[in-house]
Amino acid sequence: MSRSLRAVALVSAAVLTLAGCGSSDTGASAAGSTGGAAVSGEITVFAAASLTGSFTQLGKDFEAANPDAKVTFNFAGSSALAQQINEGAPADVFASAAPKNMTDVTGTGAITDDPVTFVTNTLEIAVPAGNPGKITGLADFAKADLKIALCAEQVPCGAAAKKVFEAAGITPAPDTLEQDVKAVLSKVSLGEVDAALVYKTDVKAAGDKVEGIEFPEADKAVNEYPIAACAKAPNPDGAKAFVEYVLSDKGKAVLTKAGFGAP
Amino acid sequence: MTTRVRARRGRLPLVLVLPALLGLAFLVVPLAGLLVRAPWSTLTDQLFSEEVGQALTLSLVCASLATLVCLVLGVPLAWLLARSDLPGRGVLRALVTVPLVLPPVVGGVALLLVLGRRGLVGQYLDAWFGISLPFTTSGVVLAEAFVAMPFLVISVEGALRGADPRDEEAAATLGASRWLTFRRVTLPAVAPGVVAGTVLCWARALGEFGATITFAGNFPGKTTTMPLAVYLALETDPGAAIVLSIVLLLLSVTVLVSLRDRWISTPS
Repeated sequence: MSRSLRAVALVSAAVLTLAGCGSSDTGASAAGSTGGAAVSGEITVFAAASLTGSFTQLGKDFEAANPDAKVTFNFAGSSALAQQINEGAPADVFASAAPKNMTDVTGTGAITDDPVTFVTNTLEIAVPAGNPGKITGLADFAKADLKIALCAEQVPCGAAAKKVFEAAGITPAPDTLEQDVKAVLSKVSLGEVDAALVYKTDVKAAGDKVEGIEFPEADKAVNEYPIAACAKAPNPDGAKAFVEYVLSDKGKAVLTKAGFGAP
Repeated sequence: MTTRVRARRGRLPLVLVLPALLGLAFLVVPLAGLLVRAPWSTLTDQLFSEEVGQALTLSLVCASLATLVCLVLGVPLAWLLARSDLPGRGVLRALVTVPLVLPPVVGGVALLLVLGRRGLVGQYLDAWFGISLPFTTSGVVLAEAFVAMPFLVISVEGALRGADPRDEEAAATLGASRWLTFRRVTLPAVAPGVVAGTVLCWARALGEFGATITFAGNFPGKTTTMPLAVYLALETDPGAAIVLSIVLLLLSVTVLVSLRDRWISTPS
């Protein structure tokens, strides 16, 4: 993500959370008057970009269960989100795509609760519909005559791919090292490559155009997603309730449907 | 002579000078920002690393080849737009500028849809001749040419429309064919426009990122040009990214300035 985009995200996040502060005060008193267990007010959730689809759904479900609550999301790369929280963006909840970015935040004291791993995401072989390259496993990535796309090592999906190839003792012969996982996926859905390594959730999101093939070495690079309420959450009750909702059976069902694994 | 001219023109009007200086600052200050933030201590290591050399060579070769493609196809296209009586020239002229307004990434996807392995044309190239353009150096040249050609066409067309057609008519009355007229009369008359267009085209091709990474992918030594290397370096090492940008910048400025001295003669 470019610096300018980050700045825009930061500003918008700050605006959103400021708005959240205002409404959470009124919300708290409203909740007090009804006296029910339902939470209210605005809840600002900072979540990794790969959670966009499933968390948007979870947010709607949460609002249906808590009519007085309003969930607002700030989806971005986990490292950018961690940076924003550490720079004082008053988030209620942080859901990161990697433990490292969560450690960045707990390290500064912006989160004091113990983060809970709520899902995992693993790599999967993605092939165009019909599997024209007749891919069966990770070993096919070494074939020079096949067109192969991987993420560049500099980005997380590329680092994960490197790990599984090392574990499998395979030297891949990629034709392109893409800048992010979505770019890899588009090469597969257009049929320009025979095989690629992407996350399971990406294969699910791509629909009919892409088929996924699981492989045993994927266990060597399991991405853990931790979640926690922020220490200075403007809406602490809301934050706690949302984290609990994500960890509940209902939350798990939505996440599993999107292709995430259980921790 | 210069002093006489200056005296006649009088003082420079502030209404023009102020926005001009502001414009200059707007263009130059971001470059200064890069220079200030550059980790100079690692500059030499970066400069002589194999990857940078590879990316730099590839950038220069591809941008130059793309410019050549643009010249061969673009100058005749500009001539067609400026001199022929084709119906719907206005529409054609608008179509030529499409790559200018199209986000380059979309341009790259469009190229994939036409020239990709399953593209409209690409599937036959693949089936009949075994030619596959994505993920190849030729693919980089094509992507750059696609994005850069409008710059050349527009410059040359502008020059052609500004040139006096009576010279061409005179050549025709003296019995010259249209091709001979084009070569010996038209082309020399619009040479400055062609050079300016070529320079713009080359510079645009050199900095091309979106269409290149989308159509040709990113593989070191094959399709990783400098802008792609800069982008990926930003992910892990922003300092290195700045150094790479500066290298690209210095190189392009050097080439452009030397070309200018060599070919664009300022009328004295």
